[in-house]
Amino acid sequence: MKHLLSISDLTPDQIHHLLELTDHMVEVSSRPIPKVPALRGKNVVSLFFEDSTRTRTSFDTAAKRLSADTMNFAVSSSSVNKGESLRDTIETISAMGVDAFVVRHKSSGAPQMITRWTNASIINAGDGWHQHPTQALLDCYTIRTGLNRRDGFDGLRIAIVGDIKHSRVARSDVQAFAALGAHVTLVAPPTLLPPSIDDWPVDVSHELDPLLPHLDVLYLLRVQRERMDDALLPSLHEYSTMYGLTAARSARLAPHALVMHPGPMNRGVEMVVDPSELPGSVILNQVANGVAVRMAVLFWLLGEGSDLTRSEIAS
Amino acid sequence: MTASAESSSDAARVVLSADDVRRAITRIAHEIVERNHGPASLVLVGLQRGGVWMAEALAEVLAGIDPANPVPVGTLDVSFHRDDVGLRPIVPGSVTDIPVPLDGRTVVLTDDVLFTGRTVRAALEALNDYGRPRAVQLAVMVDRGHRELPIRPDFVGKNLPTSRDEQVAATREGVVIR
Repeated sequence: MKHLLSISDLTPDQIHHLLELTDHMVEVSSRPIPKVPALRGKNVVSLFFEDSTRTRTSFDTAAKRLSADTMNFAVSSSSVNKGESLRDTIETISAMGVDAFVVRHKSSGAPQMITRWTNASIINAGDGWHQHPTQALLDCYTIRTGLNRRDGFDGLRIAIVGDIKHSRVARSDVQAFAALGAHVTLVAPPTLLPPSIDDWPVDVSHELDPLLPHLDVLYLLRVQRERMDDALLPSLHEYSTMYGLTAARSARLAPHALVMHPGPMNRGVEMVVDPSELPGSVILNQVANGVAVRMAVLFWLLGEGSDLTRSEIAS
Repeated sequence: MTASAESSSDAARVVLSADDVRRAITRIAHEIVERNHGPASLVLVGLQRGGVWMAEALAEVLAGIDPANPVPVGTLDVSFHRDDVGLRPIVPGSVTDIPVPLDGRTVVLTDDVLFTGRTVRAALEALNDYGRPRAVQLAVMVDRGHRELPIRPDFVGKNLPTSRDEQVAATREGVVIR
């Protein structure tokens, strides 16, 4: 595998392999000196055309723990502001010698496009409403460890609640959870569902309350305040009344159920209770697992699974 | 190098029987105790995956020699420290587990077969991440020669001259060459 652009590019076996690799990376991260020389000499460049703190620092930390060199390309202070095209930007940086680009872009498909202009591996760190594959992998890893389901998610009931329509996290998670065998229900008002979900492996519900006692995982998405301006929601208060996680709703969850959120959270909207008081909250585990999952992805693309080493084995 | 003993295809030759391996383990355990004046500050670390059984087998014998001082057993996965990183896929479930702080202890690394020495070099580097042992010693069931680095074992079950293209498997069930 050369690039990680979308969960749909991965087979269930490859997802399992990445999650097993993540076990090793969790162990590395727990060492007194959490750094191994596995990717020494590799150059990983972060290319974020959209704001992000946790994803970028997570990738940065992951690359450093594997001893890769890292470079941050800050779009705001770059020649992009002088009108340089995306293609010229990529080709210029590639010429300096880059093994992987970690790309976030507001346009769906931008990472795919970039693969044509460079020989480096491309890791999609979020493109438009399309995909955010490492988020889906870290969510899978969090469920796998939180519910002790190493062999897969057969029979698990997972609800993803919120702004499905504009969410790359939802699109990636649905594919990953379903690939591992989970039963996924999307919960949202009709205005926040994508126009066509007939080919998605999911059920749809406009109500959260009847589902609550049956869930193994309740996954809350961030409701972006700008959706109010698009008139997709009458008010945040109404959303919160219908779908927000209140103390009353959390009390109806099964004792073993996990509560997850990709962050950043809107307290008082989708998250009405204090998550630190939720026994099933694994939201901070998601962040910690994010570093280990991104180490696994970087190692898989640049170390273990790279074309170079494959051809050396063959020879 | 670590082919399983069961798949003895064309010309498999048994070098040590299960009883021979057991006796070698017993002897090495006593040598370890003698060299270190008792098992008090020892920790056994088996290299994933071939060396893990040997660390466990040595710990069982050591427990019989001095029941008051059980020797902790850990495992070490050196995949991320190899000089040929990427050439060998990561084996699921072979995660490192170092159960005690290594500072001031004597680490006895164990492996099934000592060949080029590159795995041991990677292991020595990996151990640095866990602390500063007082000393590191190396116990192997088979030393088959062909070293590519200045590394030598402290405790050996069997010195076994081999050609480079032969495969040697060493388990509790015996040592097989083919």
